[in-house]
Amino acid sequence: MDFSDSPEEAAFRAKASDWLDANATRRDGSEKAQDHFMARDADEVARARDWQARKAEAGWAGLTWPRAFGGRDATPIEQVIWNQEEGRYAVPPNVFLIGIGLVGPTVMIHGTDDQKTTFLPRALTGEDIWCQLFSEPAAGSDLAGIRTRARREGDEWVISGQKVWTSGAHYSTHGILLARTDPQVPKHKGMTMFLVNMSDPAIETRPIRQISGSSSFNEVFIDDLRVADSARLGGESEGWKVALTTLMNERFSISVGRASGGARAEELIDLATRVERNGRPAFEDGEVRARIADFIARQRGLEFTSYRVMTSLSRGDAPGEEGSIGKLLLGKLRQEMGAFGMELAGTAAGISAKSGDDVARWRNEYLTAPGNRIAGGSDEIQRTIIGERILGLPPEIRVDKDVAFSEL
Amino acid sequence: MNFGFSDEQDAIRDTLARMLSDYATLAVVHDCLETAEGFDSATWAALAGGGWLGLAIAEDYGGSAMGAVELAVVAEEIGRSLAAVPFAPVLGLATPAIQDLGTQSQKGKLLPGIAEGRLIVATALAEDGGSAPERVSAKVVQDRLSGRKSPVFFAADASFALVAALDEGGTVRLYLADLSDPSVSINPQDAIDRTRPAAEIVFHGAPVEVLPGSDPAAIRTLLDGAAVLAAFEQIGLAERALSLTRDYACERQAFGRQIGSFQAVKHRLADMFAKIELARSNAFFGAWALASGDNRLAEAAAVARLSALVAVQFATEESVQLHGGIGFTWAADPHLFLRRGWQLKAELGPADLWRDRLLCELANGPAAAN
Repeated sequence: MDFSDSPEEAAFRAKASDWLDANATRRDGSEKAQDHFMARDADEVARARDWQARKAEAGWAGLTWPRAFGGRDATPIEQVIWNQEEGRYAVPPNVFLIGIGLVGPTVMIHGTDDQKTTFLPRALTGEDIWCQLFSEPAAGSDLAGIRTRARREGDEWVISGQKVWTSGAHYSTHGILLARTDPQVPKHKGMTMFLVNMSDPAIETRPIRQISGSSSFNEVFIDDLRVADSARLGGESEGWKVALTTLMNERFSISVGRASGGARAEELIDLATRVERNGRPAFEDGEVRARIADFIARQRGLEFTSYRVMTSLSRGDAPGEEGSIGKLLLGKLRQEMGAFGMELAGTAAGISAKSGDDVARWRNEYLTAPGNRIAGGSDEIQRTIIGERILGLPPEIRVDKDVAFSEL
Repeated sequence: MNFGFSDEQDAIRDTLARMLSDYATLAVVHDCLETAEGFDSATWAALAGGGWLGLAIAEDYGGSAMGAVELAVVAEEIGRSLAAVPFAPVLGLATPAIQDLGTQSQKGKLLPGIAEGRLIVATALAEDGGSAPERVSAKVVQDRLSGRKSPVFFAADASFALVAALDEGGTVRLYLADLSDPSVSINPQDAIDRTRPAAEIVFHGAPVEVLPGSDPAAIRTLLDGAAVLAAFEQIGLAERALSLTRDYACERQAFGRQIGSFQAVKHRLADMFAKIELARSNAFFGAWALASGDNRLAEAAAVARLSALVAVQFATEESVQLHGGIGFTWAADPHLFLRRGWQLKAELGPADLWRDRLLCELANGPAAAN
């Protein structure tokens, strides 16, 4: 058990930080670390592209990709080290996370040579930005229930349907799209994956406003989109298998992603020393102290859990059991911390005196946290996965498993 | 970075687990709960015979001088087995106290006996409603100790006690007291877990020897190390409670299905798992900090302790619940885990104490006024 860098890891860290020093500006204390992967506006997208191109040129893009595809063959731990180091600098958001983390590895496994040479280099340099066209209004947790149809017409496919919760669709150039190609077989068996161009006029993207007030994801309407058969990724009716590769890589990306996201529990110590409760500093209040200490213990546990995941990965094991709990516990922790911070800073009504004050900050935390509890597998799905795959409990009863999709 | 156990450490775990499954079965724990003395001396002797009790003792004193991570592995397996043995007080507290803070002669007198299982040194740090080193009123004047310590576990089986008391200058130090001295009386208490017998010890001017290296800071560090090991013991216990309950949920049928197929049950078990894994991650950091002497030990010990307390309480209470009516009976196993969980909570003090320790460490802030 060793928590410090090995000599190789330390050398990698030094190399990364040398390059970053020469090419980027360190964040000063007032700037928050870049912990999201969504751009706020076109300017941020442009800056992200520029930064990605420079990283690619210097060999710092797609670190864990094989060298054959322009990567660095880096270990998961090296990826984490890079993320830690890059996090110290004022850099634009990583809008390439889906392309490099999810789509690239899926193309490497299921793509044709042509698809590999077309898409992989452009994903690396930041020329292409990818989004994930999986979820639909009637198929979220039950992803295999998608209804977007792709019909074969000669050498082409004609795709129609609606996708939803598509992060970054409004600035993405490409999308990885799961469609139903055979409704006459059970739902998992009749799907096919496609790589589509988001600039096609048959695709319309409408932003969705979230409860925090901002918009990072979209509804995507697809109306008779025509694509060549060469846009098919993997075999016909093998879409579920391809989707599982993407989802597995999504889990990997989350587990090596920048820390846990969101506020640090220690920020509540600072807040509690500045505000009063019952006529004395809130930090002297027993209940306040208990809540903060418990938040810190939970957040540390999540942080160290991610180190355990990295250890499994670096030993060549699949992300282990411990990985599935981080996703389950993070959202709820952020939500509770947000609620507590908001109350501590002001009143239960969450009244903010001016933009960017303590209340506003914790209110935003509180209103963005629910996304962590839903996206990438809801808390409820996560518990079922832990129960069935890890604890080996009997599966849910599935009445639709062996029935043709068209009969459901 | 390497944040897991090595193959050698896993091999240690397997060897010990095999031995414990021969001796410390749950049937033995049930028996210990019924008998007056509680203590499982057969398992203790077997642990001594296998060299397990000298694991952290220097070779000069009959031990094998292994590291903190190996000791953590042992703690976890002891916790999993529910063996009614004084692992935590003897290996978690007394041994490191004597070894790190004692004189040559104290080490020579006590450590070989501990390693051979001949000698149990109980730890008498706490006093009613208070913990050391913060709240101590027992006092030593001219090498004579007077005061009451409670609760002390395994006192009736112990030859010596490690006692926290004020010296003549009012500083809390650690002392060794011979429990066979006529000035010492031991009054048994009725604790929630009788397999770890509790007692009050009253010292009426008992002769004691100070551990010269002991002062409040050293006592705190000692408790931090003990808390890390206790967290592993707690995790072993919680994991066994989970696995017991998981097996029951697969076996028990209701409404024509195994009850583990219902989300109300399945998701509760998943929550147990998640709390235990979170505690394990914090305990790993604690083990590393303890083994490497990192200056974040206090912080690491506190978060390991806090999350282990949460995991144990949740897992053991829900284990009783998910067993239904049978879980509420004396004859079934779940209450053994529930009782031991509380016991482990009592031995190093409640969550509040560790929360304060964590916040003081991180913020250097004031202690709570209440």
